[in-house]
Amino acid sequence: MNPLLPLMIGLPLVGALVMMFSKNLPVRTAKFIALGFSLLPLVLAVPLWIAHRNSLPVRYADLPATPTATPPGTLSLFSSTFSVDWIPAFGVRFSLGVDGISLVMIALIALLVPIVLGASWEEKLPAGRSINGYFGLLLALEGAMIGVFAATDVFLFYVMFEVMLIPMYFLIGAYGGVRRTYAATKFFLYSLLGGLMMLASLIGLYVASADIRPEGGTLDFAELRAIASQIPLSTQLWIFSGFALAFAIKAPLIPFHTWLPDAGAEAPTGAGTLLVGVLDKVGTFGFLRICLPLLPAASHKLAWLFLLLAVIGILYGAIVAAGQTDIKRFVTYTSIAHFGFIAMGCFVFTTQAVSGAVLYMVNHGLATGLLFLLVGMLTARGGSRQLADYGGVWKVAPIMGGFFLIGSLATIAVPGTNSFISEFLVLIGTFRVQPVWAVLATVGIVLAAVYMLWIFQRVFTGPVRGSAVLGPAASDIAGGGTVPVTRTPVSAVSTDPHRVAVAEPHTDAHGHAAPRPKALWGDLSKREIAVLTPLVVLIVFLGVYPKPVLEVIDPVAARTVVDSGSPVDAISQQYLIGQEAGR
Amino acid sequence: MTQMVAGVPSGYVAAPEGWVQYGWLLLVLPIAGAILLLVGGKKLDRIGHVISTGLVVAAFAIGLGMFFDLETKLGPMSQQLFDWIPSGDLDIGFGLQYDALSMTFVLLITGVGALIHIYSIGYMAHDPERRKFFAYLNLFVAAMLLLVLGDGFVSLYAGWEGVGLASYLLIGFWSDWPSAATAAKKAFVMNRVGDVGLALAIFLMFREFGTTSFSGVFSQLGNASSGTITTLALLLLLGACGKSGQVPLQAWLPDAMEGPTPVSALIHAATMVTAGVYLIARSAPLYDLTPDGQLVVCIVGAVTLMLGSIAGCAKDDIKKVLAYSTVSQIGYMFLAVGLGSGVYGLAIVHLLTHGFFKAALFLGAGSVMHAMNDDVDMRRMGGLARRLPITFGVMTCGYLAIIGFPFLSGFYSKDPIIEAAFAAGGTKGWVLGGAALLAAGLTAFYMTRMMIMTFFGDARWKDLRSADGREYHPHESPPVMTIPMILLAVGALGAGAFLAIDHRYVDYVAPVVGAFEEEHGPLSALAITVLTLVLVAIGVVAAFLLFGRRAVPVTAPAHVSPLVRWARADVGGNAVNETLVARPGIWLTRMSVYTDAKGIDGAVGGLAAGLGALSNGWKRWQNGFVRSYALSMMAGAVVLVLALIVVRYS
Repeated sequence: MNPLLPLMIGLPLVGALVMMFSKNLPVRTAKFIALGFSLLPLVLAVPLWIAHRNSLPVRYADLPATPTATPPGTLSLFSSTFSVDWIPAFGVRFSLGVDGISLVMIALIALLVPIVLGASWEEKLPAGRSINGYFGLLLALEGAMIGVFAATDVFLFYVMFEVMLIPMYFLIGAYGGVRRTYAATKFFLYSLLGGLMMLASLIGLYVASADIRPEGGTLDFAELRAIASQIPLSTQLWIFSGFALAFAIKAPLIPFHTWLPDAGAEAPTGAGTLLVGVLDKVGTFGFLRICLPLLPAASHKLAWLFLLLAVIGILYGAIVAAGQTDIKRFVTYTSIAHFGFIAMGCFVFTTQAVSGAVLYMVNHGLATGLLFLLVGMLTARGGSRQLADYGGVWKVAPIMGGFFLIGSLATIAVPGTNSFISEFLVLIGTFRVQPVWAVLATVGIVLAAVYMLWIFQRVFTGPVRGSAVLGPAASDIAGGGTVPVTRTPVSAVSTDPHRVAVAEPHTDAHGHAAPRPKALWGDLSKREIAVLTPLVVLIVFLGVYPKPVLEVIDPVAARTVVDSGSPVDAISQQYLIGQEAGR
Repeated sequence: MTQMVAGVPSGYVAAPEGWVQYGWLLLVLPIAGAILLLVGGKKLDRIGHVISTGLVVAAFAIGLGMFFDLETKLGPMSQQLFDWIPSGDLDIGFGLQYDALSMTFVLLITGVGALIHIYSIGYMAHDPERRKFFAYLNLFVAAMLLLVLGDGFVSLYAGWEGVGLASYLLIGFWSDWPSAATAAKKAFVMNRVGDVGLALAIFLMFREFGTTSFSGVFSQLGNASSGTITTLALLLLLGACGKSGQVPLQAWLPDAMEGPTPVSALIHAATMVTAGVYLIARSAPLYDLTPDGQLVVCIVGAVTLMLGSIAGCAKDDIKKVLAYSTVSQIGYMFLAVGLGSGVYGLAIVHLLTHGFFKAALFLGAGSVMHAMNDDVDMRRMGGLARRLPITFGVMTCGYLAIIGFPFLSGFYSKDPIIEAAFAAGGTKGWVLGGAALLAAGLTAFYMTRMMIMTFFGDARWKDLRSADGREYHPHESPPVMTIPMILLAVGALGAGAFLAIDHRYVDYVAPVVGAFEEEHGPLSALAITVLTLVLVAIGVVAAFLLFGRRAVPVTAPAHVSPLVRWARADVGGNAVNETLVARPGIWLTRMSVYTDAKGIDGAVGGLAAGLGALSNGWKRWQNGFVRSYALSMMAGAVVLVLALIVVRYS
């Protein structure tokens, strides 16, 4: 009975309640209270991480290296466990615990929520909406998200999965942009459809386990893992399809993805960041937590389908992203391309690919979190989400440009950024067993460079221009289409007045200052720099030294591969049977 | 016998001593400079360039110390810094290896790098973002050093993309200019295409050999099938083509001249673009096993050196002439590394001498631009020799070196490659050697043309103004710029003799890339030297007759032969990219966006609309009349009965 996880779920929920009754407090105080509550899980995440790390050498020592062997009585899949009876009639328990995958995701949530609150500090909300309610819902979302990742009972996982929708629905529907109602309804219907499928599958799983176990049905992860290989394939396929559909919608994979651009773009920036950065990973997390280990035969049988959808997602997401005109929708489509990489890593059954997929979930949260928040700050300044309304922002806001560039580089997975490690692991792990899929996916890394640098060029480079930067009047003078394409001077004698015919960039090749049109707004504020800096630092740090995160993920990745009934490489095998405890 | 230490390649010794134990500083110093300058903000505007330059000079000093230690007493060494990407049986360490090949590059990068840093202090003196410029330069030096020092293909890849990033940032440094931003993106994307090749090669190595370190891969090549080895060789070549501006990925390099000229000198002439040559030389054990792969490398080199020198003949932009010259000279190096068995060393010699004379030429061009209000159009220049005497002297040294004037650098480094090409034997030898020979003549032609148009003839600029409306007042550059130029010019004159006489360098690098075996082709060495000199002389004279004897028109003649038009249009490179990649890409994007909005989302929306319509229809039945409910119940009962009958009796 370890109280850490219940506290990490409960404290943000308490915070949410406090925010509900905070109408009479000054707004500033209320905001600080919310920030305080959001920092508590971050503080608690430290002992959670340390406890898990210390338990690593013995974590899998008790488990047999093959999933078919009978497991010992006490399974130590999870650390910091907490379990009480909940619905004894169905053997449902309120069980929490973390393994390497959920640990890093919970840490990501605990880190992102305070950052999101800090970034939303002066968010402009729709008329009549209070920031107290907004922060309260974000806290409620945090508690629910931690609950999803910490649940070690399938029923609890399902409940948390559905509970998570509620704050997000209100965040989009009440605090979002112009088309918020449409987006929120679409988001809710999609998720609900997935949730219902999952409920049906969950009941099926319970019944199937009751057929096998003499002591009756169960929904406990560890117990289900032990009997997973005994569920007949036909049953597995039915159960799998329900879960997989729910997760494919959540992830989202093509063709279940069209809710995400709407929801992501219409959601207020903070909620959108959590939606794209964390909430969507529940889908891929579900693949790794439920589909692979609990339904191994079905996962193998249908892996080709998910590889296909993943690779389509990588290529199609990238191509569609390149054609977006709305900068927030653009970021969501880049995410769809990246979810393709994560999904691919889940379904090739090698340690490297699964490790890479999990690391990718974290890294994508950091990189896209940074990009999404920056885009929010940009669009809040300019008042427009249209790419065409911006230009030359680097000169106006150099720090914003620099941060955006770092986020872009992480999206492109340039070495030295965190995403490189995860993309590399996914691809190298895929190539060793499925070279054709890996080659197709590798084309995606060129496309990523194309779309990301195109956006960077469009918004941040060139002369300062665009109605969102200079205001509608100024944009007519210095604006859009009449910038010179090259600086090579036209060969003409000096009497030729060609040089006054077009609007010039505002510095010459040596930067000799020429009068530059005045932008309506400036660079990031100190608060904005402060909230984004942790993300930037982590992006670089985890690119150079990913070992602290990888060493937590790697054993559980190997374990997941073994549980899915796949042969695992020799070193992971050794690790699992405890001969090489603690690398 | 030293004890086996994990992660230490065979033939290398761990636990470095002497200067070598500070090898990691080579990476840390420049990267620290980059971070300091970027994070430090405006406070460092006044001293940032000094810090940056000082760090590169310090790295050069460390490199020199290491070089002598390794050379005189230690032998090849390696250093494991930390565990980088551990996952399952994949264990990629972050290690550096110091041997003849990597130390050569360390000295080239930090040496030429330091000179160009110093030059940039003057060249960028008036730029408001000079601090950022030096930060990027330091970033480049760090990434390039990682590229050559890494002990495995993944570290190399990290450096490889790192230099690509630095190149992107520096090409687009004047981001105000849309052309600079476009060129930067083009460079990055085309490099990425090459990087895919390198990445796939790494994946294939892990699949086949279970490791990605140089020593691990090279020691297991014997177990691999010839198909695997050829595939690896071609994938690596794709990466090399991207980085080194070789056909078919050459089109980005001339555009990269949008960057400040010191960048062109350092990155796009002396160091980064030669990384492809380094990659192939480093992978010598692999290429030695695949004659097919080597032949493709040779063909790429030969085609590129011809196309590059043809395009160079028609360009009026002084930097683009030099850029195509670089493309063509790297073609020579590719040709040489493709010839294999010991010719690698000759390629590296040419790489080094090219580093000197091309950097000198580019810095000279920068000095000319400095004098000419940043104009690059040679048709607007002329008669600058007397105005810019030092620049003229430096560029003359570089010019004589590149055309292979007897006893200067190019003479010692290029002629052996031409000889080796002829010695390849048979038709292959004649074709490759002939191309190399012909391109030597073309090189003499376009370089002479460039020198004449810039420095001789009428001072055409007297009647002209630059694009920003100023008159031209050409003046010599300050000493902070001319001194590095002079040092490079000395290298351009003497480096070839120093490195090539007695095969000094070739023997030095032999432990890494294999010993040099002199083969004799159908023509004697003397005959080839004479032939080369004759062709060079023809090129010089032709250029003199065409451009020195008559006035150069300020506007490029419009009515020219198709050959000139083709050369002006970048020998078709951009047109091919445009037709094969850009247009279909744009078309595909538009189509996909349409499909996504109308097709997939449309289907969902349609489903919702259909459901709504259905509900609307059914709603009518709920009209509150008992009689209609009774009717519907009866209808239902009838359907049920009918269904029962059908099931029962069919």
